[in-house]
Amino acid sequence: MISRRDVAEVAALARLDLTDAEIDHFTEHLVKVLEHAADIEQLDLDDVPPTSHPLPLVNVMRDDVVGSTVDRDEVLAAAPDVDEHRFRVPPILGDEP
Amino acid sequence: MTAIELAAAVRSGHRSAVDVLEEHLARIDEREAEVHAFMTVTADSARASARRIDERVAAGDDPGPLAGVPLALKDNMCTRGVPTTCSSRILEGWRPPYDATVVERAVAAGAVIVGKTNLDEFAMGSSTENSAFGPTRNPHCLDRVPGGSSGGSAAAVAAGFAPLALGSDTGGSIRQPAALCGVVGVKPTYGRVSRYGLVAFASSLDQIGPFASTVADAAVLLEAIAGHDPLDSTSIQEPAPRLLDVLHQGVEGLRIGIIDELASAADPDVAARVTAAADALSAAGAKVDRATVPAAVYGLTAYYLIAPAEASSNLARYDGVRYGLRVDGADTTEMMRRTRSAGFGDEVKARIMLGTYALSAGYYDAFYGKAQRVRTLVRRDFAAAYEHFDVLLCATSPSVAFRLGEKADPLAMYRCDVCTIPTSLAGDAAVSVPFGTGADDLPVGVQVLAPALGEPVMFRVAAALEGAAS
Repeated sequence: MISRRDVAEVAALARLDLTDAEIDHFTEHLVKVLEHAADIEQLDLDDVPPTSHPLPLVNVMRDDVVGSTVDRDEVLAAAPDVDEHRFRVPPILGDEP
Repeated sequence: MTAIELAAAVRSGHRSAVDVLEEHLARIDEREAEVHAFMTVTADSARASARRIDERVAAGDDPGPLAGVPLALKDNMCTRGVPTTCSSRILEGWRPPYDATVVERAVAAGAVIVGKTNLDEFAMGSSTENSAFGPTRNPHCLDRVPGGSSGGSAAAVAAGFAPLALGSDTGGSIRQPAALCGVVGVKPTYGRVSRYGLVAFASSLDQIGPFASTVADAAVLLEAIAGHDPLDSTSIQEPAPRLLDVLHQGVEGLRIGIIDELASAADPDVAARVTAAADALSAAGAKVDRATVPAAVYGLTAYYLIAPAEASSNLARYDGVRYGLRVDGADTTEMMRRTRSAGFGDEVKARIMLGTYALSAGYYDAFYGKAQRVRTLVRRDFAAAYEHFDVLLCATSPSVAFRLGEKADPLAMYRCDVCTIPTSLAGDAAVSVPFGTGADDLPVGVQVLAPALGEPVMFRVAAALEGAAS
């Protein structure tokens, strides 16, 4: 069953900071949901194919024609920080060693 | 007046769209403070739209089948220049640069957008209590929830704020609030209605659909928004179904099955209404019998692994870079962590983590993989049932509207969707029709389920139920 350590690990993967109290809270929540999921654990489904989507999706090709797009300035106006028509973010790499 | 009657009055010049709008804005003024159905009321742009409709009528134009009908939109549908929050702090203040296809189509049919409605944050919930901006209350009884996640849209129609509303349904988020608020709510076949501009929760399940006071009103709105959209790769090729034409064909000779496996899920007062609905359909000439969908009992589990898995991927886009909230940090990773931690509410965080866990190495086969195989069983069992029946019948919600704060346990809240989830996993169509009242005189909804593309027969049965209920 999912442990506090697992919850801390998935929080880090999902880019969420949790306090100790929050880890306790979410561990309890996820344990309850995963305990309920035990009802499908006992099913023998090796011969049943998975369904990922209700439609039989296949890649479709279309002609490459110029169409309208959303306005660049309107998109950038919604961004928290921009610099010369680009999204600006804090440093992505640490200092050089 | 129904939406159809209002549109007819506006098209013929008997009533002005401005007058219709003002009547609804007055109702919003009167009760919105206690109901809190809306995130945003777009009174000014609605007045401008209504004036344009009236000008077109005066010029001899036909503005369309929804001419001058006020329409409320769940706040997870993009509206150009109008805040679209998903009732989340992480999107607070965001104004989309484009309209969702459903918005374009509804406006093209003459609808007047009156506002954006409250929801459980990112459509995750069954009571609208998970909104970061406060809950919506049930217009029938203000200490009860309206259901969720499209609780604001359901409440808006029930309170008379708008004759029509759009919601989105992933595991029951249109049908369950429709049932709790005593209105009609439709979850169309997956792919019937474009998802372009619908903020994604679980992409293999999400579907937009109408709320209305009558089955015919829901039909006219669905006809307006359905049909292929090249901007949504999962939108099916079929043209919009013709529904109004078949509504009055009755149910004589139709085979209707009551789903055995879901019969015990409902409280006795609700189950009694399902039985009464079956009796009414039988009296109207349908052949009613018991039906079996054995894998339906595993639907809840499969859904609460599949939907969070898809959500954990879809919600990765809220990273403070391109739109919405940003909380600064020393580096980009820290900025993203701080942004997401401050911007998402607890239920959203829980589902992101649940989904991340279900997809992670070592657990994928046991959880997500297994749930996908259960989804196959559910689809097979429904397909087998539809060999014997035209439509299936069960409760929409296991209970009437519950009190705010009553379901603190996550599993108790998740069980609200036990009767709506199975058909969502199959990708089929379903509708909740008000059918009398249960405990405390609160509305009960009966659910009619149909196979994929089965909307015409489903609407016939819904109309028959509506007739029998009144």
